[in-house]
Amino acid sequence: MKKRVLFLLVSTLLILALLVTGCSPQQSEPADAPEEGEAAAEVINIGWIGSLTGDQAVWGNCEKNTVEMMFEEINENGGILGKQIRVIPYDTRGDAMEAVNAVRRLTSQDKVAAVIGPNASGQAIAISSVLEDMEVPGIATVATNPKVTVDDNGDVKPFNFRVCFIDPYQGAVAAGYAVDVLGFSKAAILYDVADDYSQGLTEFFEKTFVGKGGEIVAKEGFKFGDVDFRPQLSKIKEADPEVLFMPYFFKEVALSANQARELGIDAVLMGGDGWPSEVLLEMAEEAVEGSYFVNHLDFADPEVQDFKDAYTAKYNLPVELNGYLAYDAVKLLESAIIQAGSFDPVEIRDALKTANVKGITGQININPDTHNPEGKDAAIIKIIDGDYVFQQKYSAD
Amino acid sequence: MDWYYIQGILILSGINLLAVLGLSLLTGFTGLFSFGHAGFMAVGAYTTAMMTVKLNMPFTLALLVGGLAAATVSLIIGKLTLNLKGDYFCIATLGFGEAIRLILDNVQYFGGARGWPGIPRETGLMNVVVWNVIAVIILVNLIKSRHGRNMQAIREEEMASQIIGINVFKYKMISLAISAAYAGVAGGMLAHYTGFLQPRMFQLIKSTELTIIVIFGGLGSISGSIIGAIVLTSLPEILRTFHQWRLVVYGASVIFIMITRPQGLMGGYEISITNIKKLISHISSLGREKTTVGGDNK
Repeated sequence: MKKRVLFLLVSTLLILALLVTGCSPQQSEPADAPEEGEAAAEVINIGWIGSLTGDQAVWGNCEKNTVEMMFEEINENGGILGKQIRVIPYDTRGDAMEAVNAVRRLTSQDKVAAVIGPNASGQAIAISSVLEDMEVPGIATVATNPKVTVDDNGDVKPFNFRVCFIDPYQGAVAAGYAVDVLGFSKAAILYDVADDYSQGLTEFFEKTFVGKGGEIVAKEGFKFGDVDFRPQLSKIKEADPEVLFMPYFFKEVALSANQARELGIDAVLMGGDGWPSEVLLEMAEEAVEGSYFVNHLDFADPEVQDFKDAYTAKYNLPVELNGYLAYDAVKLLESAIIQAGSFDPVEIRDALKTANVKGITGQININPDTHNPEGKDAAIIKIIDGDYVFQQKYSAD
Repeated sequence: MDWYYIQGILILSGINLLAVLGLSLLTGFTGLFSFGHAGFMAVGAYTTAMMTVKLNMPFTLALLVGGLAAATVSLIIGKLTLNLKGDYFCIATLGFGEAIRLILDNVQYFGGARGWPGIPRETGLMNVVVWNVIAVIILVNLIKSRHGRNMQAIREEEMASQIIGINVFKYKMISLAISAAYAGVAGGMLAHYTGFLQPRMFQLIKSTELTIIVIFGGLGSISGSIIGAIVLTSLPEILRTFHQWRLVVYGASVIFIMITRPQGLMGGYEISITNIKKLISHISSLGREKTTVGGDNK
């Protein structure tokens, strides 16, 4: 019994110790904050959220690095409106509830002027209620679901913005390019049934492709985590399509592309912005040769090289696609703050509504009715000799 | 710490607690392990949301319907698997949880994998607390009753309890149904807290998280479940400043507690006025270096 009581006491102590040690950095922060506020009044907090852990950590880390790198640069050049910026990054591990908690903390405790991120639509939709409660604008990076900025009734959400184009647009671009430019009329689709991004692209590709007079000859699904796509691909082979649309991420693309070629499918492969990655070329260089995908930018564009070089020099890592969009989110925010002439979140929001900025992924003109960048051209990339070769800017009507 | 932020953590702890209380009855008091409680939460969440969004039902009533729906589904699973000996039930719940998620991923009526935005935000700290208080009172009374004792008997020795005339199957079913109903209500509250549902929110990891909380708090202890739910829900938030190391610290602290206290924080004990009195008198008697044997609080 003595032992039990001792154990109980020890474990309670341990928990208390954990709570206390865990708390201490936070408690010291608010204590510092007013001091800084009064003495210097120069540091403004900007929040970033995204996956630093979990299956999207690669993209999340790249975004965080980009955002931190850019604000360091801005700070070195004297900051924005003469004030230094501090980036506060929080992890969401790809979970909507975590994202809600993180944004609650950013907006209430850290008093950020704006939030950059997250990179997934599910999290971006979940945080919009918090942003509205606290009246802080958020700029999503790669959240392509239309409902991120517009609610079910078609009304625009007052505090959500984004810098990327949306799923319907991307699906329509892919289908439009396949029909109008490449002249295909028979398409097959292989998609991930458990993924929101994949479902979205599939839906809008199908709609546009059929609308333009094409025919979907096969539509097969798989589930995230699958490594064998042969049953679905065999059915697709029987349907004999001219083009096979693969709207999912590079790892599955590489596996399924290899298996498709093994089975003798010689259709042209097409995909979306889940494709671009060094890993894809390493794993399936021959299988994806001659394939097309829709992208946010042309990687070889001379204007992109400075950022790419700076990033690689600093972190010794290649830039993932999310990095470019995080770059644009920072640019957009910077221009909105300058235009608003203040760090008041609501004034920044008002400036964001009509912001125009030349981003790395193209001209970003925010439409006040949808909070989406208007008329942003997509880049069509073809894989030739194991390299991403830019074909043309293409926009769907 | 800002109140708005703390409130968020408390609401989430409360929602988790509700699901954990249900799981505590099933795992802690009846001895059945479930890895599919996220599935029951999902059933509850989508049913409740359907009631409020599509049928304009009041929130409280919708929550009850959500709980009922989860209980009904659980009875079907239970009917098929609870008669089997061994770990079949555990495996069946595992499969059930994943199946529910994949089905919801493909039901376009509920938005599919892309999620369902625009659910009214009704959950606040107030109604979370009220629901939890009611849930705890019901659970405490149930466990103290004859039915609760029967469930505990099944946990301790299934064969023996069958021999003395307890209908093992029936009590397992009751325990499962109540447990699923709690999870269903918790799911409904979650849906109306974020205002957005996505099947991805109810992955296997969510079920595991609930089971970890129950074991961390201590099997067969309601106070343990309450402490576990609050500590383990707020711990990742407290550790937020550690960035990507946060979950490593979280995991390490759970492992540490389980090594130092394998029966969980409160394993078998309850915090009640009589037990606190006993503990105080016990400690003071230890102080007087008497060798009186303290009453086992179990």
